Amino acid sequence: MSDAMVPALSRRRLFEIIGASVGGAAAYQAMTRLGHAEESPYRGPIMLDGDPKGASVIVLGAGLAGMTAAIELEHAGYKVSVLEYNLRPGGRNWTLRGGDVYTELGGATQRCEFDPGLYLNPGPWRIPYHHYAILDYCRRFGVTLEPFIQLNHNAYLHSANAFDGKPQRIRDIKADFDGGVAELLAKATKKGALDEAVSTEDREILLEALRSLGALDKDFRYRAGDNSAAHRGYAKHAGGGLSAEPIAGDPVGLHDILTSRLWRGLQSFLLYDFQTTMFQPVGGMGRIGEAFARQIPARIRYGAKVVAIRQNDSGVAVEFEDLAAGGMVREARADWCVCAIPLSILSQIPINVSARMKAAIDAVPYASAVKFGLQFSRRFWEEDEHIFGGITYTDLPIRQISYPSTNFNAGGKGVLLGGYTFDGANSYEFTAMPPAERVKRAVAFGAQIHPQYLSEFENGVSVAWHRVPFTLGCAGDWSDEARKAHYNDLCEIDGRIVLAGEHASYIPAWQEGAVLSALDAIQRLHKRVVAS
Amino acid sequence: MRLVALRAVALVVSATVNAPSLADDAPANSAAMSHGWEFSEQGGAELFGDVCAACHQPDAKGAVGAGAYPPLTADKKLVSTGFMLTVLFRGLKGMPPVGDMMSDAQVADVINYVRTHFGNAYPDAISTADVSAARPRTSPP
Repeated sequence: MSDAMVPALSRRRLFEIIGASVGGAAAYQAMTRLGHAEESPYRGPIMLDGDPKGASVIVLGAGLAGMTAAIELEHAGYKVSVLEYNLRPGGRNWTLRGGDVYTELGGATQRCEFDPGLYLNPGPWRIPYHHYAILDYCRRFGVTLEPFIQLNHNAYLHSANAFDGKPQRIRDIKADFDGGVAELLAKATKKGALDEAVSTEDREILLEALRSLGALDKDFRYRAGDNSAAHRGYAKHAGGGLSAEPIAGDPVGLHDILTSRLWRGLQSFLLYDFQTTMFQPVGGMGRIGEAFARQIPARIRYGAKVVAIRQNDSGVAVEFEDLAAGGMVREARADWCVCAIPLSILSQIPINVSARMKAAIDAVPYASAVKFGLQFSRRFWEEDEHIFGGITYTDLPIRQISYPSTNFNAGGKGVLLGGYTFDGANSYEFTAMPPAERVKRAVAFGAQIHPQYLSEFENGVSVAWHRVPFTLGCAGDWSDEARKAHYNDLCEIDGRIVLAGEHASYIPAWQEGAVLSALDAIQRLHKRVVAS
Repeated sequence: MRLVALRAVALVVSATVNAPSLADDAPANSAAMSHGWEFSEQGGAELFGDVCAACHQPDAKGAVGAGAYPPLTADKKLVSTGFMLTVLFRGLKGMPPVGDMMSDAQVADVINYVRTHFGNAYPDAISTADVSAARPRTSPP
């Protein structure tokens, strides 16, 4: 082997070496960073001016991309039909509630035993404030939103190998990291170490900023006392009457925070995609798909498995198996086709498009992700630990625990997101297990953070996206190289066919990407139809 | 019962340096899960059971939904180790390049395992050096 050649260091491996990636956030960030250059380009409801002259469109897939296309094209005067593999609308927009039955690839069937009102969103579960398109559709279609709590200062950061495995409150780690760093920087500034970089005037302002934002005392130290306690809270909280005086706690030392790697968990709260305010639909994310489907009640044919897509100069013919009729093959025809089938599926379906588009369809691996919904007999995280919504991050294989962002402080049962893996070894390992084994392990891991798991757990479900029959994966996992080589080919109109979905966007794995992709696709398609 | 016994074996193994892989040659979910991004499983059976089986299923018979995971049973394509290396390092359509998360020895082990199980009986084993030579490389910056 030549010395000049070294094994390729994948982006992920690099992240792991510097210690930034054990949580899914960095991997996720690497995957989506190209999409962050600007805000959503959505500028209000689409205007498709001009007469489609009776043209027909067949839409493949009744997820959010397909239904967006179908709804808007119908408004513009097209004759629209939709084929959907599942027996419900929404695709990955999906909520599992008590009584739902779900069979994954391989045949394992789970019956969700949640109590009424409790649910798991196996797919999308939170909406950033800057996803203007999906928010606008929620408003237009009457989907009620509520806040999704991403950052809860009283949730935990946890490592099995730090602080004796004891979870640490986010507010402690955040305040103490900020305070420790501010103290160091103040020290360096006062010593003149930054004099070349900071003017004399700025130096004084910088010191005051460090004192204020880092909660330093009058001597620019970060110590137990009123200043630090104002950020991190108290060891003994202020009360009323006798013995009411609060007692400040001792900050965690910077060395301990650095070596614990718990700072990694803080990144998830800084990312643009996860900044306040985030939203969720009341009653589950699936309410969005249901609302979309209500706009075109008679247009969606369910239980239709597309097996071939052919086009010629005059139109598009789609062969599909009618699953309610024992898989009898039927054919549907239209002048145009908007295909919103995930590439993991579409790459297996015969389709006569250009070699370049076919290469693009075949170029995108699908991410692995696993989610767990665990029902407990009481909301111990609220009652015992005062955690109201938010997310605990851990280096255990479950990666995170998310507390419900609804029905706060009302007692009763609750369902936690008991784990959410995104790519990486553990995601595959969980996927390879039978569902009951996944849930069993999620309970055992979670009990390391919340011992109440052991006595309060009632039932659980898990969804491993590589075993989801209608997608064979979570989302298009574009590499920078593949995107450069294939993305434009994927998005071009090919004869009478145009693709849509999160995979045809720079916001992969988000509903916003699916909707924006569909809007862009039908705008270009409409232009072509009107001109023809 | 069998699963419990396997787990007990795996726990012992994980505590031993350079221990051989599980004596039982059937794929199964390991007791221990990996700690980082990459797979810590050792031996073809463990790797198949924890990684490949996620999609191709524990019996390697594949699965069918809106799309399908192909079976790896009595699979004539597996005659080509080059094909398997390409799939593991480049992915194939929706399949991720899972070899990126394995060492050369792990890739060799899992390829050799699949090629000698599930109705496959290819006698030519692939070596760690073969895998190393096939792993995508880039020049240093």
